Amino acid sequence: MQPDDIKSNILTTTLESAVNWGRKHSLWPMPFGTACCGIEFMAVLAARTDIARFGAEAIRFSPRQSDLLIVAGRISIKMMPVLIRIYEQMPEPKWVIAMGACASTGGVFDTYSVIQGVDKFIPVDVYVPGCPPRPEGVVEGLIKLQKLVETEKFSDYSTTRGK
Amino acid sequence: MLLPKIITKVQDKFPSVTLDTTQFAGEDIIHIQGSYNLDVLKLFRDNGFNFLADITAIDNLTLGGFERFAVVYHLLSHETAERVTIKAYVPEDQPELPSAESLWKTADWQEREIYDLFGISFKGHPNLIRIMNPDDFQGHPLRKDYPRLGRKERDDFPVVKRGINKEAAQ
Ligand code: SF4
Repeated sequence: MQPDDIKSNILTTTLESAVNWGRKHSLWPMPFGTACCGIEFMAVLAARTDIARFGAEAIRFSPRQSDLLIVAGRISIKMMPVLIRIYEQMPEPKWVIAMGACASTGGVFDTYSVIQGVDKFIPVDVYVPGCPPRPEGVVEGLIKLQKLVETEKFSDYSTTRGK
Repeated sequence: MLLPKIITKVQDKFPSVTLDTTQFAGEDIIHIQGSYNLDVLKLFRDNGFNFLADITAIDNLTLGGFERFAVVYHLLSHETAERVTIKAYVPEDQPELPSAESLWKTADWQEREIYDLFGISFKGHPNLIRIMNPDDFQGHPLRKDYPRLGRKERDDFPVVKRGINKEAAQ
C-alpha cells in the first residue's frame, strides 16, 4: 500500500461520534399506534415518504429490539401502564417521539380517561404537532431526533437508572 | 305491522308494569318498570322482535323521568324491519335489574359496559366485571355526577426516566 493510499483510506474520529453516527442512521422504531395517528404512521412508512431513506425502516414490534418509541395516538388510563412497561423494556439508548396532539398533550380529549400528554410519565424527545401530523411532519421530527442522537455523550450515561 | 298488536298485548298483560308509551321520530318507546324487563322483552322476542340491536342506559339526573336510570333496549324485527325501544327504569338507591343475557347472548358485553359506566348491575349475568375501564377503577364515569376530568385517575402513574443524565446532556 502506498503512503498516499493510506492517507485517503484512514479517517480519524472519536468513538463517540462514530457510534452516534451509526445510531442515528439506524433507528429502529417501535410504533405504539393507538388511534388515528397510528394509521397516518403507516403512510410514513409507505413509498411516498418512506423513512427507510433515514435508516428507520426496520419497524420492530418488540420493544427489546427497538430504540425509538413512536407514540402515535391517544393513551388512555388503561393503556398507560402498558406504555410505561414497553418503554422500560426497551434497552438503552432509547428515544421517544410523541406523534400528534393526543400523544403530546391529550389533544381535544380532555377527559378523565385520557392521559394529558405522555411526557407526564415518560421522557419525550421530539413532539410532532398535528392532528394527525402529515407524514412530512413525522419525517421532520425524525431528522430532529437524529440531530439529538448526534449530541448524546457517553459520559452522561449513568450507571443507576433514572438518576 | 307487528308493533301495535304487541303493544296492546303488553299493556293488557302487564298493566301496572307499563308506565307509558310514547313516540319519537316515528318510533315507539315503551316505558316499563325495570324489575319486569325480562317478561316484556320475552314477549317481544317471541312475537317477532328477534334481534337485540343495542342496550344502553340514560342517567336522568338532570332530565327528569320515572326513575334516575333508564336501561334502554333497542329491538328489531328481521321479519318486518320494525324497530321498538324499551326503556326500563331503575331507581337510584337500588340500581339493579335482571340480565337479558338469557334471552340474547349479545347482551353479555353490553350489560358489562352499562355496569362499568353507569354502575347498574344485572342479576343473573354470567360475568359482570368492568369491560372498558381498568379493573381497579373506582366509580362510574357516565353518571352525570361524575366529574368530567375525573378524580385524578389520569395523573396517577409512576414517572419513569431514561438511564442517562439528561440535564448534563443539554
Ligand atoms: S392527534 Fe388527531 S389524528 Fe392523532 S390520535 Fe389524536 S385525534 Fe387522532
